[in-house]
Amino acid sequence: MRYPPRSVICLLALGAGLLLAGCGNGVLNPQGPVGAAERTILLNSLAIMLAIVIPTTIATLAFAWWFRASNPRAQYRPDWSYSGRVELVVWSIPTLVILFLGGIIWIGSHQLDPATPLDPQRKPLEVQAVSLDWKWLFIYPEQGIATVNQLTVPAGQPVHFTLTSASVMNAFFLPQLGSMIYTMNGMATQLHLQADREGAFNGLSAHFSGDGFPGMRFTMNAVTPDVFQAWVTATKRDGPTLDRAGYEALAQPSMNVKPAAYRSVDPKLFHAIVTQEVPPSPGPQTGKPSPDVKPK
Amino acid sequence: MLGKLSWNAIPFDQPIPLIAAAIVGLALVGVLVWIVAAGHLPYVWREWVTSVDHKRIGVMYCLLALVMLFRGGIDAVMMRSQQALAFHAEGYLPPEHYNQVFSAHGTIMIFFAAMPFVIGLMNIVVPLQLGIRDVAFPTLNSVSFWLTATGAALVNISLVLGEFARTGWLPFPPLSGIQYSPGVGVDYYLWAVQISGVGTLLTGINFTTTILKMRAPGMNYLRMPVFCWTALATNLLIVAAFPVLTATLAMLTLDRYLGFHFFTNEAGGNVMMFMNLIWAWGHPEVYILVLPAFGVFSSVIPAFSCKPLFGYRSMVIATMFICIVSFMVWLHHFFTMGAGPSVNAAFGIATSIIAVGTGVKIYNWLFTLYGGRLRFDVPMLWSLGFIITFMIGGMTGVLLAVPPVDFLLHNSMFLVAHFHNVIIGGVLFGAFAGLTFWFPKAFGFRLHEGWGKAAFWFTLAGFYVTFMPLYVAGLEGMTRRLQHYDVAAWRPWVLIAGLGMAVTVVGGICFVVQFVVSIRRREQLRDTTGDPWDGRTLEWSTSSPPPAFNFAVLPKVEGEDAYWIMKQRARDSGQLRAEPRYHEIEMPRNSPTGFVCAFFATVMGFALIWHIWWMVILGILGAWATFVVFAWRDVPEYVIPAEEVARIDRANRSHRREALAAEGAAT
Amino acid sequence: MSAVEFTGDPAAEREAAASKERHARGHGDGGPASKRIVVGYGFWIFLLSDIVMFSCFFASYAVLRDATAGGPSGKELFDLRSVAIETACLLVSSFTCGMASLAVIERHAGKFYGAMSVTFVLGAAFVFIELREFATMIASGAAPTRSAFLSAFFTLVGCHGAHVSAGLLWLLTMMAQIFAKGFREDILRRFLCFSLFWHALDIIWVAIFTVVYLMGVTV
Repeated sequence: MRYPPRSVICLLALGAGLLLAGCGNGVLNPQGPVGAAERTILLNSLAIMLAIVIPTTIATLAFAWWFRASNPRAQYRPDWSYSGRVELVVWSIPTLVILFLGGIIWIGSHQLDPATPLDPQRKPLEVQAVSLDWKWLFIYPEQGIATVNQLTVPAGQPVHFTLTSASVMNAFFLPQLGSMIYTMNGMATQLHLQADREGAFNGLSAHFSGDGFPGMRFTMNAVTPDVFQAWVTATKRDGPTLDRAGYEALAQPSMNVKPAAYRSVDPKLFHAIVTQEVPPSPGPQTGKPSPDVKPK
Repeated sequence: MLGKLSWNAIPFDQPIPLIAAAIVGLALVGVLVWIVAAGHLPYVWREWVTSVDHKRIGVMYCLLALVMLFRGGIDAVMMRSQQALAFHAEGYLPPEHYNQVFSAHGTIMIFFAAMPFVIGLMNIVVPLQLGIRDVAFPTLNSVSFWLTATGAALVNISLVLGEFARTGWLPFPPLSGIQYSPGVGVDYYLWAVQISGVGTLLTGINFTTTILKMRAPGMNYLRMPVFCWTALATNLLIVAAFPVLTATLAMLTLDRYLGFHFFTNEAGGNVMMFMNLIWAWGHPEVYILVLPAFGVFSSVIPAFSCKPLFGYRSMVIATMFICIVSFMVWLHHFFTMGAGPSVNAAFGIATSIIAVGTGVKIYNWLFTLYGGRLRFDVPMLWSLGFIITFMIGGMTGVLLAVPPVDFLLHNSMFLVAHFHNVIIGGVLFGAFAGLTFWFPKAFGFRLHEGWGKAAFWFTLAGFYVTFMPLYVAGLEGMTRRLQHYDVAAWRPWVLIAGLGMAVTVVGGICFVVQFVVSIRRREQLRDTTGDPWDGRTLEWSTSSPPPAFNFAVLPKVEGEDAYWIMKQRARDSGQLRAEPRYHEIEMPRNSPTGFVCAFFATVMGFALIWHIWWMVILGILGAWATFVVFAWRDVPEYVIPAEEVARIDRANRSHRREALAAEGAAT
Repeated sequence: MSAVEFTGDPAAEREAAASKERHARGHGDGGPASKRIVVGYGFWIFLLSDIVMFSCFFASYAVLRDATAGGPSGKELFDLRSVAIETACLLVSSFTCGMASLAVIERHAGKFYGAMSVTFVLGAAFVFIELREFATMIASGAAPTRSAFLSAFFTLVGCHGAHVSAGLLWLLTMMAQIFAKGFREDILRRFLCFSLFWHALDIIWVAIFTVVYLMGVTV
């Protein structure tokens, strides 16, 4: 074989993989309106691009096959190196595609702006998220509770996240719900998401943040509003409180932290973290073997 | 006395880097011992280390690139195997080690494998295609190479002394700041990249000047081969973008060394500014990598289609279009940082616009094939593989350019698959095509065809089996840089990718075997005329390898594909053009400036990393003194007498006369 | 490196000579340019790259200008009088550097050494005043480690000062070379680069005192 048919096979395999992915827990199987809209845009854009890529791939293989030197039937045109018509088509097709895509980009970016509320009529659940080394802290300012590495929300209600970081950059990501957003110390980012149905959804950090990064996983439980209320009440009953001292302890580097909950939280804590009234959490503690070489 | 350096710096408790360092050290020492013991040292010093000849420097760049490609490839094997093993398990690489491996992998592949490879090819080919004797500043060229080698040396020293960065190949703060990365790892990265960055910037200045101010008589801009156009665009990008890298890394260095607050969390530092600055360099960088590869294909495809390149002017416009627009898209690397919908959309649209330029190029290559008489030698196989592979990678890139889609796929394995798709499918395939195409020109014999084809097929297959599953894993929600994971849905894809890695390794072995076999059978593979592929551009008018002065007399260029015109005239008339009148030629003298300067740069870099301040001063003084000594020399050039020029040229002419006669007899 | 090659064919040689008149070398299809042009051109490109680097420092200064972290701002720190003296020193030194260039054209060693010495003194005065300004600021608690604004200020202005200092070293080297070797072609090419460098530093200083100092105390 003188040309690579493997790539065509791999395109098909990729397609099969995409179909399989649709049954999984990834971005092609969204469980909320944001993720669903984004998936639509992804598939539409993919279709538009494939309309160009597939014929061009076939043309490449066809030209390579037909014009091989051993083919006596192919017409050899040693001087054909310019054609105005071909140039016009060659410049216009990508341009038209890009114009179309440009429209999708403009409209899609505005409709799916993470900071825009999902439903102006409904009041969202407020959650304040803080990425620490190496776990997630979620504060529910209206309910006065907080959790670590687990998030419980009522299904069918928009959630408004305000996010910051205690130390280094991270990214808050729930693949099945849609958009991710960076978290940075000293500032707050905004994100609106919603889980349409009940379920348990995988959450993670999508921006490398150090040795404990793989363990920054959390589960989002979308439950009925009654179950949510019951959970809030149960959480307020017992457990530790999250005051400044408790936060400072939490902010020390730790990995693979088990989910936990706090029955009450200092209402000004999040604001203090964002404005750096609470200083950024410390870096790696130096220790053996040598502080200059490999702090662990 | 020795700053932070102590015996603790050697990772006695970590067998893997220790063994790796031992192997590297032994190999290096082994090669040096062999050179000295076999009496090759004078030759190596005179003909290679102190050479200012662009052809020699280009070969050394490519050699450095291949060695570092191998080193980066081992890092890749470690990463894939760790991920294949680390499902609900810790694998064999603890996080602090794994994090160094992926950081080193990216840093080495971009700065010390891909960059040197394309710069090496440009070094060998551009002066020959322009019909001139050397680049504008030959000694500076040598300095550039050796400074790049300094960077590579520093990265490898981190294997045995200290650690490498654990931040990824771009050290985003605050993680890369002194508070969150107090070790020497980021400092190794900073000095290795900064020093080699100076070398690269000097290359940019050198080649821009060469292409714009030194071309053979008659070669106006529209008669320049497209490889030289892409080289021009690449070097303009280097001149405009590398100072940004220098400035940004300098700011991070000041933060780390002197407690400045450019990118710290407190005292007003701004991490978002780092992201903007580094990607303002980072995006042009990937075009610096891929444009020379595009140039290679523009040389290879016409040669093996027996047709001129289709749409020359269109190609030139597309190249300069890509060059300019590449500066307008950098924000697409951080759509998820929260810039707001209008800003995101503007950069997304700009990113898609760049795809127009690339699309035009692909169609022009396709229409070069159309109506041609195609030969499927190894360089052509790489070119065809590139067209299809790069299209897929470009497509996924345009997908990622849509901000709402990027909100799902940023930093995921989909992104990893995309950039490997375009870098491997584009840059690496181009580099291999160029390597195979121009190897006979540089060394006088061809590479073995069979092993070359085996290397191609295994690498192509290996690439697809490794990276297509990673697209799927990204769609499944898998993020990048995970030392371990526990999501079952990701597992099958990671395992298939591991298998693909094994196939790629076989491809790599085929490469090595290809070199060994080719060298051993070089007499059978000898290229006597200098034109083994029936080429179209001026480099094929010289012998293989060309003499030091490239051309006995500078060619007078009469059109695009200048050599093809000369060849057709010779074929039509049945004889070569008249023997020219030979004159003596002045060529630049060899100089140890590059090597010595780089030696001091290495000393300085190492000392800065370990805070050995007296050694820093020594290094700086040494580097400066080297330049003063160089500036003081009285005889910068040597003369090749006319008789010698005549002898060399007549030998090549007689080979060509034989070949022409044989061709005439055959038809 | 010989810049003109003979093709060996008399007719073509005549054509080439005629064509040489038509096409200036180094432009279009006239063949490679002379060494002086190539060196100057290459150095210009280096200067452009240096300006790109400075623009990154300018950009970061612009971004961080208000990030004073409760510490002193430009208004409180900058002394426009010493800035004016620094500017005068540098501008006049550019003039004297121009005088040195004229001396080189005349091949007048005395004028050359004189003009270069004055240039050196003025440049050194600039560096001295700047270092004194830095020392005063640091002593009063406005160190670069105090805030992002001060980090950006010290880096931008300090980078320029470092370039001037390197230029002073280069200046001395050029004087030494002319003294040792006379007005040789290659040394003159290097001097051309030096004077381009010195004038470019002047231009950057104009941008600095506008953006940093003038805008710093008024806005």
